[in-house]
Amino acid sequence: MTHTVLVTGVSRHIGARVASVLAADPDIDRVIGVDTVPPPSLSRDGGVPLGRVEFVRVDLRSPDIAQVIAAADIDTVVHMSLVSAPPRSGGRALMKEHNVIGTMQLLGACQRSATVRRVVVRSTSAVYGSSPRDPAVFVEDAEPGEPPSHGYAKDATEVEGYVRGFARRRRDVSVSTLRFVNFMGPGVDSPLTRYFSQPVLPTVLGFDPRLQFIHEDDAVEVLRRMAMEDHPGTFNVAGDGVLLLSQCIRRAGLASLPIPSPAFRFLGDFARSVGAVDFSPEQLRLMCHGRAVDTGRLAAALGWKPKFSTGAAFEDFLRSRGMNGGLSGAMLDMLSHMVTR
Amino acid sequence: MSETAGEREPRDAQVIPISRAGSAYEPSFDFDLDPEDDRRLAEFFAFLRRRLTGEYEVDEFGFDAELTDKVLLELIRPLYRYWFRVETVGIKNVPGDTGALVVANHSGTIPVDALMLQVALHDDHPDRRALRLLGADLVYQLPLLGHLSRKTGHTLACRADADRLMRKGELVGVFPEGFKGVGKPFSERYKLQRFGRGGFVASAIRAGAPIVPCAIVGAEEIYPKIGDLRFLARTLGLPYLPVTPLFPWFGALGLIPLPSKWLIGFGEPIRTDEYDPSDADDPMLVFNLTDQVREVIQQLLNELRLQRGHAFPPFF
Repeated sequence: MTHTVLVTGVSRHIGARVASVLAADPDIDRVIGVDTVPPPSLSRDGGVPLGRVEFVRVDLRSPDIAQVIAAADIDTVVHMSLVSAPPRSGGRALMKEHNVIGTMQLLGACQRSATVRRVVVRSTSAVYGSSPRDPAVFVEDAEPGEPPSHGYAKDATEVEGYVRGFARRRRDVSVSTLRFVNFMGPGVDSPLTRYFSQPVLPTVLGFDPRLQFIHEDDAVEVLRRMAMEDHPGTFNVAGDGVLLLSQCIRRAGLASLPIPSPAFRFLGDFARSVGAVDFSPEQLRLMCHGRAVDTGRLAAALGWKPKFSTGAAFEDFLRSRGMNGGLSGAMLDMLSHMVTR
Repeated sequence: MSETAGEREPRDAQVIPISRAGSAYEPSFDFDLDPEDDRRLAEFFAFLRRRLTGEYEVDEFGFDAELTDKVLLELIRPLYRYWFRVETVGIKNVPGDTGALVVANHSGTIPVDALMLQVALHDDHPDRRALRLLGADLVYQLPLLGHLSRKTGHTLACRADADRLMRKGELVGVFPEGFKGVGKPFSERYKLQRFGRGGFVASAIRAGAPIVPCAIVGAEEIYPKIGDLRFLARTLGLPYLPVTPLFPWFGALGLIPLPSKWLIGFGEPIRTDEYDPSDADDPMLVFNLTDQVREVIQQLLNELRLQRGHAFPPFF
């Protein structure tokens, strides 16, 4: 019964991919993509072909979005427009406005709309925080030991609060909140993929966090299914298994540089101030204590599991960047051949 | 050359010329290896390669089974075998492949008993079971220790993790006495302290997993705690700072544990599958079962202590 879909955040990689698979589905009449900036051009910036997606440039923070929803008889809204790092042009304040005020405007418009029947919101597993007092594996109902108080995770927590409020007020609308772990794959550009693209990776001395990834293909598939069927509730989305940071670094064949945590924080602030990498306090906590989520609920609801495990998603990312385990493996093979017969 | 060398003749004749042709360095490695050494060497290289390239698996709790068995436990095995001469009693009471909860007494000022229990269940149990301990949150706040603890299979003592591990059929271990047990003075040795709130019993009931009472004899004598530097401990944020006959007087030397004789005994499992999982919310039942487990362990402890005799045989 999905006819007209609104996808927000369509100028970013995953948003564009979701819009394009929905547009490729003949059962869907119209796909309208909105974002604050136009999508990157296909030839230059590695954009995704958007097919018959209609793009509307709307600043989500303004009430214009209500007009788009009212004008197009939209029945399904896929809200992908959460940004995880401050944009280059603006600071943290702009990011927060974009995430929180943008969501409030969108939900306000949905609440007014008589046609919207389904809302899918992209959230993040960062809402669980990361602390030594937390359980090793989070289920959806878990209360974070220390609720996130900074950056993206705080935005996402607030966004989820507004989404819950909306779901309470419009019980006739099916609302799905998807808590994604870090996206990983050839086309993903996130603070984490940028981190893994450095030659030497600073790590926190004495800590080896557990990380989980979701491959971009699987993320797109989850969002597509959620946009096509009613699955109200909150779901963790992650590839099977976990990787330790040390394991990731070894698989990538990179060097790590363990730094005591106070110095790590200082370096992170410094790197952020010169604009090299954006490292926020919540990322430091993730680099210390790690996080893993349980995905049983998603598998039960969809009758489907992500194709890529955490390890396979990371491998695909490495392959696309041409990183292949480095020298140590090859050298050991040689040595082993020489010594044994 | 012995007969075995003669038997290998045909293989050598095939292999050596080819590899000589391939590599100029080959002759220097042309020492005589017997096939067993060769296999072990190849295995060692495969192991080294896996470790260096990250091609090993850890579970969702961060448990690295290979690292634990091949490196970390290997480091403490000499302590287990030759220093404490640990013997196990009734290890068949620990189930082989299903979830269970091992509940043990805690002592020794530094929780060496947890390590020894882990070696015992891995090396002496026919199914080589990995022990998944539930630890205090203090452990997970510290750099290095917290992550070593995760890599060796342990996790934070909380309801979610305990339930999850037991549902997965893992062998979970708890020391319900906690810091009260491990930091008790020498004068109170072999007296079980109060057990916590019985959360571990509730978890076992929810999972329907048997509770295996376990008594560890010997840990009480490794660092006899005869005093406590309370003020200093509080400033450092530690639960206690022990004074033993050797520490802090002899500095680092005082950290060497005394070589007491150890026995680790496992009692008859206490079944919990007769209860309904919802009984875990019945405080009376949980308290009673907790008391029962505590009494069984105290009894087992007394028996094993008699069985062991002197703590430092044959002298005293």
